[in-house]
Amino acid sequence: MSSPGTISLKDQFLNGIIKENTIFKLALSLCPSIAVTNNLKNGIFMGAAVLFVQVMVNSTISIIRKVIHPKVRLPIFMLVISGWVTVTQFMMAAYVPDVYSKVGLYIALIVAFASILARAEMFASKNTLLPSMADGLGMGIGFMFALTVISFFRELVGKATLTIPTGLATSYVVTLMDTKPLLIMILPAGGFLAVGILMAFFNWIDLRYKKGGHASH
Amino acid sequence: MSSDFTRLFELIVSASLINNFVFTKFLGLCIFFGVSKKMETAVGMSITFTSVMMISAALSWIVFNKILVPLDISFLEIIVFIGIIAGLVQTSDTIMRKTAPGLYYKLGIYLALISTNCIILAVPLENAAEKYSFIESLAFGFGSGIGFALALIIMASIREKLELAEVPAPFKGLPMAFVITSLIALAFTGFSGLITL
Repeated sequence: MSSPGTISLKDQFLNGIIKENTIFKLALSLCPSIAVTNNLKNGIFMGAAVLFVQVMVNSTISIIRKVIHPKVRLPIFMLVISGWVTVTQFMMAAYVPDVYSKVGLYIALIVAFASILARAEMFASKNTLLPSMADGLGMGIGFMFALTVISFFRELVGKATLTIPTGLATSYVVTLMDTKPLLIMILPAGGFLAVGILMAFFNWIDLRYKKGGHASH
Repeated sequence: MSSDFTRLFELIVSASLINNFVFTKFLGLCIFFGVSKKMETAVGMSITFTSVMMISAALSWIVFNKILVPLDISFLEIIVFIGIIAGLVQTSDTIMRKTAPGLYYKLGIYLALISTNCIILAVPLENAAEKYSFIESLAFGFGSGIGFALALIIMASIREKLELAEVPAPFKGLPMAFVITSLIALAFTGFSGLITL
């Protein structure tokens, strides 16, 4: 209570990770959550790209929010977002070409992410730089966390390996089991199945938590 | 001439069935899960979507090949395409409201949703990357629209039945929809290898 500014900043940061997790709670921006998550490394890098775009867009918009005329705000937001996405695209093509060759199309499509536009409209256009950055960071990390969990699960079950990135261009593949893996998990159909099961799992935790709360009352 | 038609037919079949955007490329999922609860909305969305898709494919082909490529600024494709789509959606929204209010009340809401659909951006990007000709771009747009319509209508008819089914509590709603989509996607893998382009 002593310094409400820092508390709300922390809350804003945590909000995106837990309460309003883009994928598991809001069910937005689902396309890449299935498309790029058959390999842990791709999932992490895609998450990082979204994190970067989200933070930069939020900061840019909160800086220029006073000069944007409200009637043309949406086209301006789109312009800012697509500008930062183009930057990300070039950076990934330059530094992580092997990942980029697989997830390139989905990087370009970050432009159409409802979650990024929604944060720009609902939060960054009304708040100052610091809370906007915290909000972007939380939302982005929440997204990255979801992608990491999904791709961890899918690669583990589908290939029985884990591709852990150790640097920009290097990665270390761990083989965990010698048994025959469930191939369906790395196929397109398995992506939907994995997200469905994980969502149900988070719902189940929610339900149990609520029941526990009622019992203690 | 006949080989041209075969090629166009192949493009349409491949875009709608084999490389169905929803089931093999996972695009447009937000809209797919959002509007597939009722048959009526699914049909309305499909009609609006396919027509907007073809117009935007045509417009962006013209802009890309006649303006961006000659000026050597094709790296601006994302910004330009999203601008074209947003402009197109806004324009048709205004025109429809003035000229066909009945149609507008039925389909207007889907029109607004379309600009957040990633398929609509993926088609021009794909057209540009594959260097399709004008007619081929149109065919690709049409095929993708049909494929999306097919996916929406299958899903809507299943979800209408699902309302009556007993689903375990944690799976209620979206998770169950995901599991069903996974089964449909599995069925769609049967189309792979039907045509090799």
